[in-house]
Amino acid sequence: MSLLTLSFTLAFVGIAILLSMWLKLGVERDIVIATIRSSIQLLAVGYVLKIVFGLNNPLFMILMIALMIGVATQNAAKRGKGIPRVSFKILFAIAITEIIAQSFLIGLNIIPAKAQYLIPISGMIIGNAMIVSGLLLNRLQAEAHSHRQEIITVLALGGTPKQSIVPFVKQAIRASLIPTIDSAKTTGLVQLPGMMTGQIIAGADPILAVRYQLVVLFTFMASAMIASITLGFLTYPSLFNRYHQLVLPNSHN
Amino acid sequence: MVEHSESAALAFRDVVKSFYVKDTFIPILKGVTAAVAPGDIVALIGPSGSGKSTLLSLCNLLITADAGKVFVDGINVLDWNITELRRKVGLVFQTPTIFPGTVRTNIELARVLQGDTFNQPERYLQNVGLSADLLDHEASELSGGQKQRVALARVLATEPKVLLLDEVTSALDPSAARDVEEWILHIHEKNKTTMLWVTHNLEQALRVSHWVWLMIGGQLIEVTETRQFFTSPQTELGRLFLQGELNGQRI
Repeated sequence: MSLLTLSFTLAFVGIAILLSMWLKLGVERDIVIATIRSSIQLLAVGYVLKIVFGLNNPLFMILMIALMIGVATQNAAKRGKGIPRVSFKILFAIAITEIIAQSFLIGLNIIPAKAQYLIPISGMIIGNAMIVSGLLLNRLQAEAHSHRQEIITVLALGGTPKQSIVPFVKQAIRASLIPTIDSAKTTGLVQLPGMMTGQIIAGADPILAVRYQLVVLFTFMASAMIASITLGFLTYPSLFNRYHQLVLPNSHN
Repeated sequence: MVEHSESAALAFRDVVKSFYVKDTFIPILKGVTAAVAPGDIVALIGPSGSGKSTLLSLCNLLITADAGKVFVDGINVLDWNITELRRKVGLVFQTPTIFPGTVRTNIELARVLQGDTFNQPERYLQNVGLSADLLDHEASELSGGQKQRVALARVLATEPKVLLLDEVTSALDPSAARDVEEWILHIHEKNKTTMLWVTHNLEQALRVSHWVWLMIGGQLIEVTETRQFFTSPQTELGRLFLQGELNGQRI
């Protein structure tokens, strides 16, 4: 596909803008920004990937994965404004998730330790961990707000912060995993996952493409859980001060 | 009235506390100094928003004072082991928080939190006038008065030496309120528990307390022996409050 044929698809963007103007939805500006951003980001990434694949140097691979984790952290941290050192906790949770998942995938030789496998699959794992982290942070704060009285009652009985909040940490973890689990349940029936679709369009055997997709789906289940549990248990102590008092960030609501 | 904080069960010295609500600075306590002698019941009265509940929460360190000191048994609350402090100083809230499960689960919680097991939870139930038959009932199905008594029994299960009561009967109907009040007085008779009792009900304050603390606008306006307060208050504000002219309440 040439850049010229690609540019024809901008007609879709044009249709979206016209519809938005016609119905006064007011999203034209966002559509333009999204189009420009996605074009620049993806085209740039395409060239970067080409270079990294060509160099086949582990250092660049690690650098690229580190960059992904950094961007994912920054994005998820928006859901945890007001929680002390939340970026650090997210960074740790996502990094540990990626390390465990890749050690397993590469260690058992499920995927070859090559850039064209490692980087896209890392991207998917990190992206999913990012979404799960955002959901977890959002839900944990909401749970703590709505169950404030229960938490304070346990504290007043001489319970520790952990005892007072663990049921609600678990609730938040559970909630953060629902999208990952639900999308795995309906995969193939409702939507054909992006990686598989891409492989098939690029000419790969659908049977093989499906197998890789299953690898990713199964990895998601564990990695989402690792990210959520790690972040949940790293974050809850920040909701208390040293006198075992519940201190909720004001930014919520 | 104990003047020296060392021998008091509970003492406040120049306690100041403020909150920020949406970046607005709201002073709640503006320098409170007072003490409760061991075994005394103090009724803490005053208009809504005068800082009564805040003063209670300082005693078991659910909140921390901005300035000044709070002492329990002569020891600054900041120097206590927090778990020990909160077991020694029990707090009963206006609205009981009942956890999912049976009455037994709710009462045992007090001990389970400390990793203890419980031999006779029915003993604590009987102490608040509830039948041991209720132990295996779903706690959420109890009446409001029964729930409040379960919450009280749960606090008593930590064997507190001081009880903080935050309008514990105000959400109950008159007969349930009277029941809960009676059982609290039983507990006092039996254990000589020191009590700081926030109430809006002046008749209740007269019935239960040895001392009255009148708090208005974050300051203790009057600290007077109960009978004297109700017959001849020592301050003009105390007189106005008793006449119901400060917040429209009457006896």
